[in-house]
Amino acid sequence: MLTMPPPTRTRDLARLSDEALLSLVAASDDDALSELYDRFGRVAYGLALRILRDETLAQDAVQEAFLGVWRNADRFLAERAKASTWILTLVHRRAVDLVRREDIRRGEPLERAPEPAAPTTAEDEASLGFRRRLVQEALTQLPAEQREALELGYYGGLTQSELAERLDQPLGTIKSRMFTGLSRLRDLLDQAGLEGSYP
Amino acid sequence: MAADPHANVAPYALDALDADEEREFEEHLASCEACREELASLREATAALAYGAVGPAPPPELKERILAEAAAERPNVVSLPQRRSWTAPLAAAAAIAAAVAIGVGVYAATRPASTDPLASVLAQPGAKLVPMGDRGALAVAPDGTAAIALTVPRAPAGKTYEAWVIRDGAAQRAGLFSGATVLRIDRPVKPGSVVAVTLERAGGVDAPTSKPLAATKEVS
Repeated sequence: MLTMPPPTRTRDLARLSDEALLSLVAASDDDALSELYDRFGRVAYGLALRILRDETLAQDAVQEAFLGVWRNADRFLAERAKASTWILTLVHRRAVDLVRREDIRRGEPLERAPEPAAPTTAEDEASLGFRRRLVQEALTQLPAEQREALELGYYGGLTQSELAERLDQPLGTIKSRMFTGLSRLRDLLDQAGLEGSYP
Repeated sequence: MAADPHANVAPYALDALDADEEREFEEHLASCEACREELASLREATAALAYGAVGPAPPPELKERILAEAAAERPNVVSLPQRRSWTAPLAAAAAIAAAVAIGVGVYAATRPASTDPLASVLAQPGAKLVPMGDRGALAVAPDGTAAIALTVPRAPAGKTYEAWVIRDGAAQRAGLFSGATVLRIDRPVKPGSVVAVTLERAGGVDAPTSKPLAATKEVS
């Protein structure tokens, strides 16, 4: 389909924004899909692994999410979101679907995220490590009950009703903790200057 | 229970609704601009949480599997009615945006198949991509045929986006559009040209009146 020589093409793609890459994916450009995977595959896998706690299932979730990107990139264009947000939302959704389908024991006391493994490149590592620290620090600044609602919901894959039962709180309290927690997290991340997109 | 539907925006952003609640909330979302705004803003923070879980790199085979699977399913997908032809006429854009905003796949099945200008430019030998800031890119072929892919918010009422081909200081009109799009540039883009996009009054104008929202460097 594409007739440009590979070296030029790869360099061109590396310069494109996430959104431009998604436009190309919507036009069936698999090199653009490959570039998006290079940008988000690792964070996607980390998220899926945190939720699913199983390498095979985590790979399944990431694979389904990226195939979702491949099939549905055209739908992204009318969304009011950054490409990174859209992609990571798909990954989270797939992982949560799987964890609920598999009925994996979840929401047990949350361990900290696993230690990062072998670095890919120093640059990637620094950037990902930096983001990870920013997010974790922002979470620690939330009141404990808000952090708990976000962590059990987002990383644990629990529904609000499951959370209400587990924490023995009214459903309305859980909704409100999620809303306040997420709003504060947004403000904290804004202050810290964390952009969701690839640097 | 007649709970306040607005209160589900954060649980929805976190994927913490069960299937019934989710369906109800998406129906609500279709008619509630305030919730759509709130959701867009909360989703950014939610997605940032993913970075809090960064851990070991996935095995390299995962990428290979994904790319192989993507390549394998493309021929099948193309023959289906919902062939991804996201260059539907701009007239349909409002309806599409409304459908997509509530996260349903209605429009994908209803869009007419049409050729994709970006893909057809890129299919030409020697074609290249020129970034337009972080908003998109220009694809241009050696004979000057060109298309742009842009992700911009919907133009406000009474306004339109207008594309320009600027060469030797003269800006020529190159097409109107109303939001995120792929647009064929209907003038040849020769070396030394700049392709830019401005926001103008509806109907378009003869010369740009505002600073470009997106522009290429000089095309080489």
